[in-house]
Amino acid sequence: MKSNELKQGLILGSVATISIAIIVMTYLGTRDAIRTTEQRELEAKLIELFEPQSYTNQPSRDTIELTDSALGSQTPKIIYRARNQGVPSGAVVSATAPDGYNGNIDLLIGLNMDGDIVGVRVTNHMETPGLGDDIDLSRSDWIRAFDGLSLRTTQAYDWKVKKDGGQFDQFTGATITPRAVVNAVYRVASWYQIEKDNIFAN
Amino acid sequence: MSSVDTSNYQQLIKQGLWSENPGMVKLLGLCPLLAVSNTLINGISLGLATLLTLVVSNTIVSCAQGMLPQAVRIPMYVLIIATTVTVIELVTQAWLPDLYISLGIFLPLIVTNCLILGRAEAFAARNPVRHAAIDGVAMGLGFLLVLVALGGAREIIGQGSLLTDSAHLFGSMANDWHLRFFSEQHGMLLALLPPGAFIGLGLIVALKNKIDTMLVTTNESS
Repeated sequence: MKSNELKQGLILGSVATISIAIIVMTYLGTRDAIRTTEQRELEAKLIELFEPQSYTNQPSRDTIELTDSALGSQTPKIIYRARNQGVPSGAVVSATAPDGYNGNIDLLIGLNMDGDIVGVRVTNHMETPGLGDDIDLSRSDWIRAFDGLSLRTTQAYDWKVKKDGGQFDQFTGATITPRAVVNAVYRVASWYQIEKDNIFAN
Repeated sequence: MSSVDTSNYQQLIKQGLWSENPGMVKLLGLCPLLAVSNTLINGISLGLATLLTLVVSNTIVSCAQGMLPQAVRIPMYVLIIATTVTVIELVTQAWLPDLYISLGIFLPLIVTNCLILGRAEAFAARNPVRHAAIDGVAMGLGFLLVLVALGGAREIIGQGSLLTDSAHLFGSMANDWHLRFFSEQHGMLLALLPPGAFIGLGLIVALKNKIDTMLVTTNESS
């Protein structure tokens, strides 16, 4: 009986070892391809969030990680920094809107050196299809409402959905989602005004 | 369950696609079936991934029969299935990144699809390799069929379109495949939400049963 159980354990163990070996080999074989694709996707996303021709460096490699409640997360968030001949020219801040209808909405927020918003993109969300997912550029142009907005020319009360007295459209049947995104963008833009120098201080 | 003459390939295909269809008769793997069938392309993609997993896992399990001790066979099936799915996931992520983004969390969920474990236990472990592979193809196609029907119906009713995001699966040549029947605002949102998935599957099962009853009565009367 004892030896039988031992034998079963050994067989189970060797099947597990073979499985792990296969996965490790696949992982090693696909790692570079996955990394390249991720890098390419990231760069394609970032390029829209910096002012065109405003930088000479590679922002996807010039990053800093910061933890701040304004970024909506307890974990460090990555900030991509653009520099023109070494002079800071803009940043893309990754942030989270923690109060979406179905949890976190991950955002990339592009800002220039004046603190004006170049653009915003949603990178990850779990919002209701057909209702809340219009924040995604592939579903609607809503997110473009942030393009070119500046804290210098707007007031805090503008940064709300129309239902709450602000200037952003809400979606039919979904107010929580756009409200969460507007709040997060405003929070990050205000934070950036104060922290700008620290972000580029290296 | 496998009281059928297993040497008959035609029988196997018929079982998978119709008489023992995993989605309509066995009601196996409902979690991914209901969650991912919100558009036709999502349905096809998950169906293909499941089909592939099922064929590979059935084949491996069938090859290994006799070598796996009875008492620990279930954990072994789980290991085999999990490995297969992980490999498929990594390969998709590396070479079909768009598809990976749209299938997202559902790919790893294939591991928990009891259809795959069910076929390993009920069929592959006690049948020759070739039959096990054919069974994988047939059951996978049956599952794909239901996903296509449900995904297509939910997409048309819910957002008035068909084949949105087909580029995720077929690449840039599929950019223009998108069909639109009516404006998205007039779609019936219920169809896209989880209750719509249950109702849709219920209607499909009902339709299947209706057709079966009709077939029986025609056979009797003739």
